[in-house]
Amino acid sequence: MKFIIAIIKPFKLDEVREALSELGVAGMTVSEVKGFGRQKGQTEIYRGAEYTTNMLPKVKLEIAASDELAPRIIETIQQTASTEAIGDGKIFVIDLVSATRIRTGETGDPAL
Amino acid sequence: MKGNHMIRKMISGVVGTGLALATASTAFAQAAMIKAPTAAQQVAMTNKGDTTWMMVSSVLVLMMSVPGLALFYGGLVRTKNMLSVLMQVFMIVAVGGLLWATIGYSMAFTTGPTPGLTPFIGGFSKALMIGITGSSSAATFSNNVYIPELAYFVFQMTFAMITPALIVGSFAERIKFTPLMVFVVLWSILVYYPVAHMVWYWAGPDFLADTPNEAGLLNHWGALDFAGGTVVHINAGIAGMVGCLMIGKRVGFGRENTPPHSLTMTMIGASLLWVGWFGFNAGSNLEANGVTLVAFVNTMLATCAAAVSWAVVEQVVHNRPSMLGAASGAVAGLVAVTPASGYAAPMTSLVLGLIVSPICFFFVTTVKNKFKYDDTLDVFGVHCVGGITGALATAVLANPALGGQGVTDYTKFPSVVATGYSTLAQLTVQFEAVAITLVWSGVVSAILFFVIDKTLGLRPAEEAEREGLDITEHGERAYNY
Repeated sequence: MKFIIAIIKPFKLDEVREALSELGVAGMTVSEVKGFGRQKGQTEIYRGAEYTTNMLPKVKLEIAASDELAPRIIETIQQTASTEAIGDGKIFVIDLVSATRIRTGETGDPAL
Repeated sequence: MKGNHMIRKMISGVVGTGLALATASTAFAQAAMIKAPTAAQQVAMTNKGDTTWMMVSSVLVLMMSVPGLALFYGGLVRTKNMLSVLMQVFMIVAVGGLLWATIGYSMAFTTGPTPGLTPFIGGFSKALMIGITGSSSAATFSNNVYIPELAYFVFQMTFAMITPALIVGSFAERIKFTPLMVFVVLWSILVYYPVAHMVWYWAGPDFLADTPNEAGLLNHWGALDFAGGTVVHINAGIAGMVGCLMIGKRVGFGRENTPPHSLTMTMIGASLLWVGWFGFNAGSNLEANGVTLVAFVNTMLATCAAAVSWAVVEQVVHNRPSMLGAASGAVAGLVAVTPASGYAAPMTSLVLGLIVSPICFFFVTTVKNKFKYDDTLDVFGVHCVGGITGALATAVLANPALGGQGVTDYTKFPSVVATGYSTLAQLTVQFEAVAITLVWSGVVSAILFFVIDKTLGLRPAEEAEREGLDITEHGERAYNY
């Protein structure tokens, strides 16, 4: 099993979610996050005060997937979330040791 | 100014007598002015139109403070200090009202405790509203036209409420509530009432001819301040600046980002100020007549022009016009036209609006950044600088040669338009009025801030300031999502 963490542009969330649903992804966790990478922040001016925001808002997706599905998920996110501009985000994958469904106690792939 | 109107009235009266017998009695009543009318005669000289307009104007000016100014300021601070600003404005209005009824009105609008003090301050003959009843009257700017004194009392009360509330913007996000309220009480007594008295107190058009010394100092000098450029905006603006310097910068000023938490609120507040300002400026004519409309339209055009010119300046300097800029411009225009509103012409008011925004913009950006003072909400840059611009411009705009209303000679009865208007002479008087207000308000405010800081302490602990004044001063949050 794999645990996929994707940081994407907020406005891409719906598109990515739809594409992943078609792929058969049954669930994911979404959070609004802030951070910085190579994309520069933006400048805001309020009367005489100029502020540079260096933390930009992004959306973080967390998806647990079977070993078979994981590569297709990664590919789908990459293709859907890309605008070919700086700041599109990143996808991280780590090995998932176990998964348990709380209601039934199932473990492993059936729990996903 | 009113003399123009008066002459037209009298001419039509004379024509009326000659032409038709049926209108003779009316015409006679208009022509035969009563000098120094008795209280009962004054009541007969009030009318429902003026009285209604003054009540409407009073609630409009109240609306400028709550919620107008409160939201305008509140939107510009950070979330954690929103309530502190709302509460400060709200309570200053309430306390200001109480103070006005107990001693304020009397100190501002009665003769001095001794004749020698009359140029500077009123006495206590009307303290606790003694003698102010439903059948006492207050003078307007026209001979033999009166309004109920309660209308004048409550209209002027709303001015005494908003002026100290303007000050808090200069040191928003870093002041303790109770010491601030102590400051407001003392400042009202020692600064606002004397300055209002010096600029606006006079015997009235039916009495001044007999008692020419019965007027505040600046009024006697002939300083023109139609609706409060010196009394309200310069007065509050310099007090704010002094407070901002003496209290010091906010924790993290210049290092941390302190963007406005809701420019939506600020836009709503600025719009309420704009609407309410018609009560402030047009209401200051104390009657509902043609000059009232001149002030009304002047206010409208100066504000439109200033909002546009601020946006244009931003477009040129920053390449993007901002909502905050447009709102700031509108307020700057309103401030600048305030002293001129009843004296200028619509097109010259428009020009004043176009000019004031670049001046204020220069102060809130270049000057403020150069000297690095933390005037949180730019009370100095907008109200004081805009007020000075307006006060000085009034001397130019009042000139009849530019379509202005000129000045009225009230030492004659009935009053007449003074001939030979001199812009330069008027400019000198305006300059003196501005200087006296700056010095008086500046020095007394400095003393008050110093004394209160040494006794009660003005500033919250650094930790409390970081936590936010909403929680530490008031025990609540503005938003619980």
